[in-house]
Formats: sequence, structure tokens, C-alpha cells
Amino acid sequence: MSGGDTAGRLVRPFALTGGRTRPSRADFTLITTVTAIDPPPAWSARPQAEQQRILRRCAEPVAVAELAALLDLPVSVVVIMLCDLLEAGRITARPPHPVSRTTDLDLLQKVRDGLGRL
Amino acid sequence: MAGSEIAAPTAPDTVKILIAGGFGVGKTTMVGSVSEIAPLRTEEALTTAGLGVDDLDGIEEKRATTVALDFGRITVSRELVLYLFGTPGQQRFWFMWNDLAVGALGAVVLIDVRRPESSFAAIDFFERRGIPFVVGVNGFHGAHPYPPDEVREALALPEHVQVMLCDARDRESCRDVLIALIDQLITKALQSNGTGRLARPAP
Ligand SMILES: Nc1nc2c(ncn2[C@@H]2O[C@H](COP(=O)(O)OP(=O)(O)O)[C@@H](O)[C@H]2O)c(=O)[nH]1
Ligand SMILES: [Mg+2]
Repeated sequence: MSGGDTAGRLVRPFALTGGRTRPSRADFTLITTVTAIDPPPAWSARPQAEQQRILRRCAEPVAVAELAALLDLPVSVVVIMLCDLLEAGRITARPPHPVSRTTDLDLLQKVRDGLGRL
Repeated sequence: MAGSEIAAPTAPDTVKILIAGGFGVGKTTMVGSVSEIAPLRTEEALTTAGLGVDDLDGIEEKRATTVALDFGRITVSRELVLYLFGTPGQQRFWFMWNDLAVGALGAVVLIDVRRPESSFAAIDFFERRGIPFVVGVNGFHGAHPYPPDEVREALALPEHVQVMLCDARDRESCRDVLIALIDQLITKALQSNGTGRLARPAP
């Protein structure tokens, strides 16, 4: 990556979030899966254009990192917009599988089987 | 976290593995070899990566306000998706690893056999945090001048850390390295089940 073009790009995305640089909630990790709620609740306000773009991209479940890559926006910017959409009742967010020091065998076996099929 | 409790029924469960190592050791290549999608690239803005202003002082090039992350995806089943994240190679971005390491199953540390020292710090990082990892020795040009045991000795790795010779460009070779990591995790899980003790996170 080149410092030049990234420095220039940072301005525009943050303009989309009203100058905020911090998500209001910590619900969104890189591999949190988000899904648009269809139909949207009657009480939710009409989403802005950039929010519409996100909603279209998560009609099917999609991970936050993928969403950011597909929209070509920094993860942190996408997360801020996802916070708004979550609060507006437009999306659901599924957190990643919790990983402990003794991760369950069942999960590990599933991952292993999946890799074996590659 | 009221909002996240309503999970959509179709959303899969997700897990991740990190692909780490020095600059140019083949991390992005490995992610691309096993991912079902072309490796995606996203940017994380440093200002929101959870670091204080002081941390930014260490970064020589202050204009570089974002750090690129490469990642790929392996759909294990309809209910489970594995993501692979290549860690940013440059030393100055290592604070990002803390964020990336949270919730990871484990890591693959890739080593360029011609300059293993470029991955020393990656090994230190996972060792110090008690994050399980395997070492993949990327042969470059298919050459593997040292047997795994010699590499283990040179890196002063403990017995339980597996060292695999691999080719980052080869899908099956990369898959086998990932399987070795999962096998190590399974062994560990079995051991802790056996003793009935709860494993503690490393200090
Ligand atoms: N000959 C050869 N080239 C490789 C191998 N693995 C990676 N490369 C090349 O080495 C360069 C650096 O690899 P990359 O995956 O970008 O490294 P990263 O910085 O760790 O992500 C790229 O030009 C790759 O094509 C390998 O096993 N053999
Ligand atoms: Mg790379």
C-alpha cells in the first residue's frame, strides 16, 4: 500500500460517519456476521445512500471484514455505520464463535473435516 | 449487547486463524492458496485501532494512516466459516496483532527458509501470549535445505510446536499446515479434558 493514496482516502469515509471515529458499541469484530433484516421494522428511518449500499451487501449474511473489502471502505468506518444500522433495527449481528483456551472438540473436529475436504 | 442477541437463523458461525511471519515470507500467497475467494484486502484506520496517541509516535511514516489486512475464507459447512487473516508484516504495525489475535483459534507462523530471522518476532508474539501456533517453513523455489528438526532447534521451539515444510503456493501443502494446527489444538483440548483442569490463559 502507498501512504499517499491512503492518506487522501481517509478523509472521505470519515465524512460519511459525521466525523465520528469510534463505534458506539463493540459488537462488531472482523468476523462478526451481519445480515439485513427484511422487511425492515416499520419504525426505522429511511437509510442514507451509503447505508443502503451496506444493506444491499448484507442481504445474505456477510462478515464485517468482507463487507469492508467489498465496499472498499476501512473496517472502522463500516463498523460505525453498522452500529447505526443495528440501532435502527435494520440488521442483525452474529458474534464469532467464542474461543477459549480449551476450545470445544466438536468445533475443532468440524474445522478439521472441512479442511480435509479442500 | 442487546442487538447481537437476535442472530439471524442463516448466519454461519465464524472462526479465524492468523497467518503471521515477517515481510515477504508468503503470507498473502498462503491465504490465496487455500481461500475459496480471491484474497480480499481491507484497511483498518490506525486512529481507531485502539491505540493511544503515544503509540502513533513510533510510526515513522505518520501519513500512513491505514494498515492493509489480507484475508481469505474457507466455508467449512453451512453453519461454520473459517477466515484466514494475514497479519501486517511490517514491524511498525505489530500493535495490530493484538486486535487480530483476540478470538483466533491459533496461528501459522511462516518462515522464509533463506532468512528465518524475519519471523522471530512473530514466534515471540504468539509464545508470549500463549496462543497456539505451528511453524510453516516456506521453501521458496521448492528447496528445503534443512529438515524440520534442524529448524526447530535453530528457532528454539518447544516440542509441542510442530514444524512443517511447505510451499505457500500449493493448496494442499497449505491445507496440511492448517490441519497440523487444528490437530495440535485437538491434542491440547483432549489433554485439558483429561486432567479436568481449566487451562489458564498465559500471563
Ligand atoms: N518462488 C516462490 N515465491 C514465493 C513463494 N511464496 C511467496 N512467494 C513470492 O514472494 C513474494 C512475497 O510473498 P507474499 O505472499 O506477498 O508475502 P507476505 O508479505 O508474507 O504476504 C511474492 O512475490 C510471492 O509471489 C514460494 O514458495 N516460492
Ligand atoms: Mg502480504
